[in-house]
Amino acid sequence: MKFSEAWLREWVDPSLTQDELVHQLTMAGLEVDGIEPAAETFSGVVLARIETAAPHPDADKLQVCEVNDGSATYQVVCGAPNARAGLATAFARVGAVLPDNFKIKAAKLRGVESSGMLCSAAELGLGQDHDGIIELPGDLDLGSDLNALINDLLALPDSTIDLDLTPNRGDCLSMMGLAREVGVLNELSVQYPVIEPVEPRTETTFPVVVEAAAQCPRYLGRVIENVDLTQPSPLWMQERLRRCGLRSIDAVVDVTNYVLMELGQPMHAFDLAQLNDHICVRMAKPAESLTLLDGQAVSLDEQTLLITDAKGPVAMGGVMGGEHSGVSAQTQNVFLECAFFAPIAIAGTARRYGLHTDASHRYERGVDSELQWLAMHRATALLLDIVGGEPGPITEQLSGAHLPERSPVRLRQTRLDTILGVAVDPFQIDKWLQRLGFAVTAREDIGAGVTWQVAVPSHRFDIAIEADLIEEICRIYGYNNIPTTLPKSTLPPAQIALTEHSVTELKARMTGLGFQEVITYSFVDPKTQQVLHPTAEALQLAYPMSSEQSVMRVSLITGLLDAAKVNQARQQKEGRIFEYGQVFLPGDGQSSLAQPNRLAGLLWGNRAPENWTQNSIEADFFDLKGSLETLFAWSGQAIRLTPSKRNLLHPGQGADIWIEDQVVGFLGRLHPGVQEQLGCDTALFFEVDAAAAQRSPQRHYESISKFPQVRRDLAVVVGRDVSASELVTAASAAIDRHLLGVTVFDLYAGEGIGADEKSVALGLTLQSQTATLTEEEISRYAQQALDALQNQFGARLR
Amino acid sequence: MDIDATLQAGLEAVAATEDLRALDDVRVAYLGKKGQLTSLLKSLGKLPAEERPQVGGLINSAKEQLAAAIGAHKTALQAAAMQATIAASAVDVTLPGRRGFDGGLHPVSQAMQRIESIFSAAGYAVVSGPEVETDYYNFAALNIPSHHPARAMHDTFYFGDGTLLRTHTSPSQVHTMESQTPPIRVICPGRVYRRDSDLTHSPMFHQVEGLVIDKDISFADLKGTVAEFLRQFFEKELAVRFRPSYFPFTEPSAEVDVQCVHCLGKGCRVCSHTGWLEVMGSGMVHPNVLTMSGIDPEEYSGFAFGFGGDRLAMLLYEVDDLRLFFDNDLRFLRQFN
Repeated sequence: MKFSEAWLREWVDPSLTQDELVHQLTMAGLEVDGIEPAAETFSGVVLARIETAAPHPDADKLQVCEVNDGSATYQVVCGAPNARAGLATAFARVGAVLPDNFKIKAAKLRGVESSGMLCSAAELGLGQDHDGIIELPGDLDLGSDLNALINDLLALPDSTIDLDLTPNRGDCLSMMGLAREVGVLNELSVQYPVIEPVEPRTETTFPVVVEAAAQCPRYLGRVIENVDLTQPSPLWMQERLRRCGLRSIDAVVDVTNYVLMELGQPMHAFDLAQLNDHICVRMAKPAESLTLLDGQAVSLDEQTLLITDAKGPVAMGGVMGGEHSGVSAQTQNVFLECAFFAPIAIAGTARRYGLHTDASHRYERGVDSELQWLAMHRATALLLDIVGGEPGPITEQLSGAHLPERSPVRLRQTRLDTILGVAVDPFQIDKWLQRLGFAVTAREDIGAGVTWQVAVPSHRFDIAIEADLIEEICRIYGYNNIPTTLPKSTLPPAQIALTEHSVTELKARMTGLGFQEVITYSFVDPKTQQVLHPTAEALQLAYPMSSEQSVMRVSLITGLLDAAKVNQARQQKEGRIFEYGQVFLPGDGQSSLAQPNRLAGLLWGNRAPENWTQNSIEADFFDLKGSLETLFAWSGQAIRLTPSKRNLLHPGQGADIWIEDQVVGFLGRLHPGVQEQLGCDTALFFEVDAAAAQRSPQRHYESISKFPQVRRDLAVVVGRDVSASELVTAASAAIDRHLLGVTVFDLYAGEGIGADEKSVALGLTLQSQTATLTEEEISRYAQQALDALQNQFGARLR
Repeated sequence: MDIDATLQAGLEAVAATEDLRALDDVRVAYLGKKGQLTSLLKSLGKLPAEERPQVGGLINSAKEQLAAAIGAHKTALQAAAMQATIAASAVDVTLPGRRGFDGGLHPVSQAMQRIESIFSAAGYAVVSGPEVETDYYNFAALNIPSHHPARAMHDTFYFGDGTLLRTHTSPSQVHTMESQTPPIRVICPGRVYRRDSDLTHSPMFHQVEGLVIDKDISFADLKGTVAEFLRQFFEKELAVRFRPSYFPFTEPSAEVDVQCVHCLGKGCRVCSHTGWLEVMGSGMVHPNVLTMSGIDPEEYSGFAFGFGGDRLAMLLYEVDDLRLFFDNDLRFLRQFN
């Protein structure tokens, strides 16, 4: 909320500089977002009257005006549509300086001499109004300096202060509320304006029925007849509103806005001639619609509170009026509405319709439920001053039962001291409660500290429980006056899982393997994800930032490929990246959404950074597989690969990863077809369940043999389709004792063996716990392995 | 018998050898079974008996001299050979080493790990939770009913079924309070999501939520914990101030400002010339939140705080655009390895 500092100081004027005031407000929880000087400086601008206005001989949109500043008459060319004979306006004489150091000189406009300029509000830095030259009251002295005029009307210099108020401090969304707060902070009493009731001069009323009493506990109406809405609102009011960030519209809207800013009460004015029969306050019915003041037609849902007449909706209660029933320059009779709408009835409405208005902003945070009579009188008085007219009596529709409940709140000294962590003097609390306007209805001191019963004023609708009062006391005590301590620990030592690695350890392993961590968005492009995972359902965001970020990832690969692409475009010829994070797997009716953590890595380019010792070799499947084997060796688990048919994987270079009988992930090269579709470079990648990679089975010591280990090598020729792991498994199974391990140490295909054959060299390592193995035993074991390979795969020694 | 002449010839031959093999040949030629000095010894029998001891002594002495010379020469030759081997195997030590790729942690992860380490050492458990949440855990259980204006502070990503991407890590607080009994001391780091994107906002960012519930936990404890953490994190004696604020799930609520880590309060671009950085929201856990999670607010009290991991990483590493963190440019990421 923006407000005028000078206006505030009219009500309460602490002896603080602007900086000190701003700091005080911020430290009291009313955060100041910005400060702007209220008026930009200009000089040489005076009040003048247009005596005559004639069309420019050579330009359709310009007029040639004779302008009288009280001492002389000047010829001025003006392009404003509202320039007309008799209008009092702002005249910048030759030599005047406007904001941004714009100097006014004599000029010729399309061949006609122009000695000065007639100014719009925007040109004087007095607002955004560019539509025409400023219209000033005709009863002021011609030639008066405009700065002096404004100075007379308002206290200058002034600043517009922008407050970023938290939702609980709706009570400060007005000059009255702010002044009250500043008064409390500075222990000053506030000079509230005297608002006298305006007695009715006619008997005219307009019938009102409130059907939605819970949503509208109080509804005041008043008819004012015979107004003259061609009158502009006075400059001081326009200027004050401008300094509070509100544009001047017309006298009626300016008055309701003024009351909104001054007292915090939103009001609405209807053209009585446009209202049919009666007002009814009710919830919307199915299929109703309304064209709002801003011209947009909205279809209404049934949670919307409406102001209606006999023919249908005329306003969205507490949010915005309708176009048809609004006042215009032709309006003769006005119906003023001043209501208390329940926050719950308005909250959400503005957001649902995308209509954030000053009224809805206040109603959804809460408006003082006892303020309506005062506001109605204030608005009537202001309006009569400007547009004249005959007020009727104020009508009130009241449902007391639905007004906010205001039960007394208990405050215990013991509780206060515990929560704040400091002992506060109870006599000090008496004083603070009084300053805050909280009446103490009972005070008990039964040895264990004082207990207060406090009545909360209607404007502090945010105070309902003891914690609310504790916060108020804390605020007044000063957050920064509370000591700093550390909580006393009563915690047992930490639990750290024995058979699980932490995420931190897992990530450290990946970095040790040469992978760079990346963090990609959890929402991805559905088109890319669809190409990679065509069968996977993905969670879809209702209102995404963009279509490229509209579905939740079902794997980390989409993001990693994007990251690779970005880097390849930036001349990164090789890279190894990884990510750890959640994926989102929608349920299938039986199961609900799963959000497991995954670990994925991707590499492109060469096996090693460019170096002088060896030629650059492009990384292949086994570079990636090696990294994974190292990772799982660390976690104490053997992985097993089987060829995979996943869409994103190269059919000949892709595999599922197994641990025992569970698939825990996949690895491989990007399918060349997919690569072409995505328009990216080739890449190798893996993804595994992070939980599987973090598992770390409990280790147990086994004694180390004192006897030598021996090695026997077998190079066997088998068919090309026999996999290495089958050979290793068969050889291992064939040797029932003393086998430490089987490694594959060579692979050969080509000359000397059949075209559909390959030679695989296996190294068997044997060792006994109890004796040195004899040559005979060693040969027997090697033969067992060879026999098995011969029987199962037709292998022969090479 | 010319013992001296033979010895002299032997010594000369030893001195003339240039490698170990030649040296061994000389040894065999003089001291071997059929060597010249050995032969002299064998011919002793031809001498009169009274001369034998003396001549024998001379021959043995000559053998010893020659053997010593061979030994010394051998050592010299071995040393020379070693020198030659060493000289031949010298490398240019300034050539680059044969290295693999350098891996590294993302700077946000580094900051988050630093945060976790600091709190872990103070007895906080680190808990995590789902990123897709229900309305109840993200809002209702945190005292933010459906029409509360505070919801506007969280531009929320919703899914069609009413679930949402968590806007803060506070739901983990609720899960923790539901599943544990006090005393509770946890931090909940993780990804959070809000519909917002500019220099300092990203639709996805990282938050760390802290929660302490015990008997007699006070606002003073909150102040001490938060201020001490910030000083430890930045390793600087920074001033910390608390401003009244509003969060539906805490009361009293406070914004925490820390003295600008860049200019130490003098005023600079980083702190918009205020000398202060707004880094954290905090407060005493609202009694409604405790009650909803099954904890008696009359018996226990607690505090909670939340801050952006990315924000602290930006301050720590002087990164001026949040979006750099999610661009994943290796030239950027490698700067933190």
